[in-house]
Amino acid sequence: MLRREFLKAGGAIIIGFQLNAQTRTPVAGPPNANQIDTWLAIHADNTATFYVGFAELGQGNSTALLQIAAEELDLGLDQLSTINLDTHVTPNQGGTYSSASIARGGPQVRTAAAEARQALLKMASAQLGAQVDQLTVARGIVSGGGRTVTYGALIGDKQFNLAFTGNAPVKKPAEYKIVGQRPARKDTPAKVNASYAYLQHARIPGMLHARIVRPRGQRAYGAGAKIVSVNEASIQNIPGARVLRKEDFLGVVANTEWDAVKAAQQLQVTWDNTPSLPAFDKLFTQMRAEKTEDRIVLERGNLASANAAHTVTRVVRGPYQMHAPFAPNGALADVKADSALIITSSQDVYATRQQLARVLGLTQQQIRVQYAEGAGTYGHSCYDDCAQAAALLSQLAGKPVRLQFMRHDEHGWDLYGPAHIGECKATADAQGKLTSYEYHGWQHNWANVETSEQLTGVAAAERPGAAAAQVSPLNLGSMYVIPNLKLVNHKVSVQGYLRGAWLRSPLDLSFSFASEQAIDHLAFELGLDPYEFRKRNMTDVRWLGVLDAVAQAAKWTPRKPYANPSNANLVTGRGIGLGTHLQSWGAAVADIEVNKQTGKVRAKHMYGALDAGQVVNPGIVEAQITGQLVQTVSRLLLEEVKFNETGVTTLDWNSYPVLRFDECPEVTPVVVQRLTERSSGAGEETMAAASAAMANAFFDATGVRMEEYPLTPARVLAALKKK
Amino acid sequence: MATIRVNGRQREVPSAPDTPLLYVLMNDLELKGPRFGCGLAQCGSCSVLIDGVETRSCVTPLRSVGSKSITTLEGLPADNPVSRAMTAEQAVQCGYCFNGMIIKATELLSKNKKPTEPQIRTAMKGHLCRCGNYPRILRAIQRAAGVVNA
Ligand code: FES
Ligand code: FES
Repeated sequence: MLRREFLKAGGAIIIGFQLNAQTRTPVAGPPNANQIDTWLAIHADNTATFYVGFAELGQGNSTALLQIAAEELDLGLDQLSTINLDTHVTPNQGGTYSSASIARGGPQVRTAAAEARQALLKMASAQLGAQVDQLTVARGIVSGGGRTVTYGALIGDKQFNLAFTGNAPVKKPAEYKIVGQRPARKDTPAKVNASYAYLQHARIPGMLHARIVRPRGQRAYGAGAKIVSVNEASIQNIPGARVLRKEDFLGVVANTEWDAVKAAQQLQVTWDNTPSLPAFDKLFTQMRAEKTEDRIVLERGNLASANAAHTVTRVVRGPYQMHAPFAPNGALADVKADSALIITSSQDVYATRQQLARVLGLTQQQIRVQYAEGAGTYGHSCYDDCAQAAALLSQLAGKPVRLQFMRHDEHGWDLYGPAHIGECKATADAQGKLTSYEYHGWQHNWANVETSEQLTGVAAAERPGAAAAQVSPLNLGSMYVIPNLKLVNHKVSVQGYLRGAWLRSPLDLSFSFASEQAIDHLAFELGLDPYEFRKRNMTDVRWLGVLDAVAQAAKWTPRKPYANPSNANLVTGRGIGLGTHLQSWGAAVADIEVNKQTGKVRAKHMYGALDAGQVVNPGIVEAQITGQLVQTVSRLLLEEVKFNETGVTTLDWNSYPVLRFDECPEVTPVVVQRLTERSSGAGEETMAAASAAMANAFFDATGVRMEEYPLTPARVLAALKKK
Repeated sequence: MATIRVNGRQREVPSAPDTPLLYVLMNDLELKGPRFGCGLAQCGSCSVLIDGVETRSCVTPLRSVGSKSITTLEGLPADNPVSRAMTAEQAVQCGYCFNGMIIKATELLSKNKKPTEPQIRTAMKGHLCRCGNYPRILRAIQRAAGVVNA
């Protein structure tokens, strides 16, 4: 029997969701982060709810953050739960991106829990008549002076009314009982028995089903999608179906989902199809020729002075790639004259609320945004666009709506990870010491206005350059000791290209595809083992740690790249690489196989080592590394957004293939645990290394350096032919 | 009104006969197992068993179901070996693809009690996992089959 739970939210009843925040009255947030009550509530039954400001995106942070809280509170993990993000309930800890949940959120959760424990012990001391330092706690039961009392009995469902100072002492890593262990994820049981409520299961009574109507495949950012004419009569055979429009923003609503799908398919619209994009095969030439905004990101020494016994130059091109979440985004909206409720899979409910206020003409305080998990998003997929579209359609319809993006909406109107051109030049002396390194990168910034808002007449705009949108000093050269170095960012204007945003490990796969191939090729020219060559040029213990860990896991034995050229059709190669995102340390080894006749590349075994400082749950991080390695194989071998001058043409899983079960490599994830170090990100930091390892394995197998990925059969055959 | 047989019960559903079964299960019956992923029979998100055969409900019109027996994820025993193994292997990330993964693996094991690794990979290749969990899902299916030690 289907279990139904109800949640009262802004007057609407949401079906299928856990009872959210039963202990607090919803008011427009964010709640005051300087109050202990904002962070947690202890219930009478001696359990606790922790209000975490990070979204469970499938990465497991809802388990790991509770491990931290349980540790400091001396509660069992089973006694703690958390709730879905809600701008009327949960604190604003910033967005759930840059792998920041544990790095940025962990310390807040830890100190809030420690401070709550301190307050609870004070209460227990008074109750038990024993000094605080004579009390012990296990599973929320305080013992002292021969008696016990539970947290629940001390404060059960009442407020602490205490300022959160952040001053309570936290436990030392040596005392940890829960942090660093591998308890099972709390969300797994519901996810394998069909009781988990994804966004796609949320319903608002009285709602209509909605679909957006746009040309299939986005045009250039800024070009919008201009409507020439709409024939509303073309859907009049569908009872109850309505066309809704605001300027070029167009959608349909109907009473049933199938009617909405049919109406969107059937509606006759004439679009202005003026070409707005570069021809697909001209993309990189055009980008490289643009007048760019140039900035030296990092410079030291003097490139010209370097001893350049060996010089290697690599020029590489990385494609636009898409998030392509397994399920396209959806959103529900109930917009009234003076209030709005929006349910979304946003990575940042407070940022989503801010944009919605602009789109709807309401204040932020009038809007309540609730998070519900969808399929893993891996960066800024269409969630904001979809939330805005749902909100606009509800406003236009005067009724609550449930909007589901179709596969072609999500594939075609995503904010893609931008294309990149990298030019890397590295030199070494005759002894195998790196002497200089130069990197020039071309790409455009991310888009700042969502498509829905843009179609209502708001001009496209560029998002101010985020660190992850430009040449990365951490991923380019920082792992090596290089006396002379220069990194230059060449920013291309965003207008006239595809809409861009952060995609898991933004730009890093392209950076390391260029950079680590250059380093590897120096090893080749020097006749050195690429692992040994790297070690010779490194002193940082964290980088050395992951390099050694991955070499050990892969049973690396000394070898020279492409040492045994083979005439066979099927050749194998092994490569190694380093890389990361904006924090942490990653290393990878790839074993691949290349069929020189068909051009088909297969990854056989991927090894990835990650040092993310203190890892709260190594099991969860191993799953993260596994996913990163598999996704990197997919992105290196298969993934490429294609377009013609009118629009994007990769609109489903056939035209934009991703790695499937039968081609998945064996994977060995390695966590380099450093319990006494600060936690840093673990959601994306082995991907750059894996990209490099694959490129280097390809050279090892074939003696050819690839200049562009994905390594599709056509591209591989062309490169082998050129050799 | 049509009547269909879902998880062992006769259910009356108001949807029109051309409605894809997925929407009937999700909206009329409020089931959470089969779920939308592509609507194109490309991803396996919407899979159900129809008379024991894994079927993409997103492209199966209601009218074609007739009196056949539909089993969704909620219709499998709560402690079915595949779900249990997925938990034991901690195979789940976002978990959205697990409806299809569990349904497909259940079908496979009903036909082939001890599948080899290549047989598992081939059987599962119509089911995408964007989170890249294939290695753990593979181990879980082997565990459910008793091919590797539990
Ligand atoms: S939703 Fe049916 S196969 Fe993708
Ligand atoms: S677990 Fe996320 S798609 Fe498979």
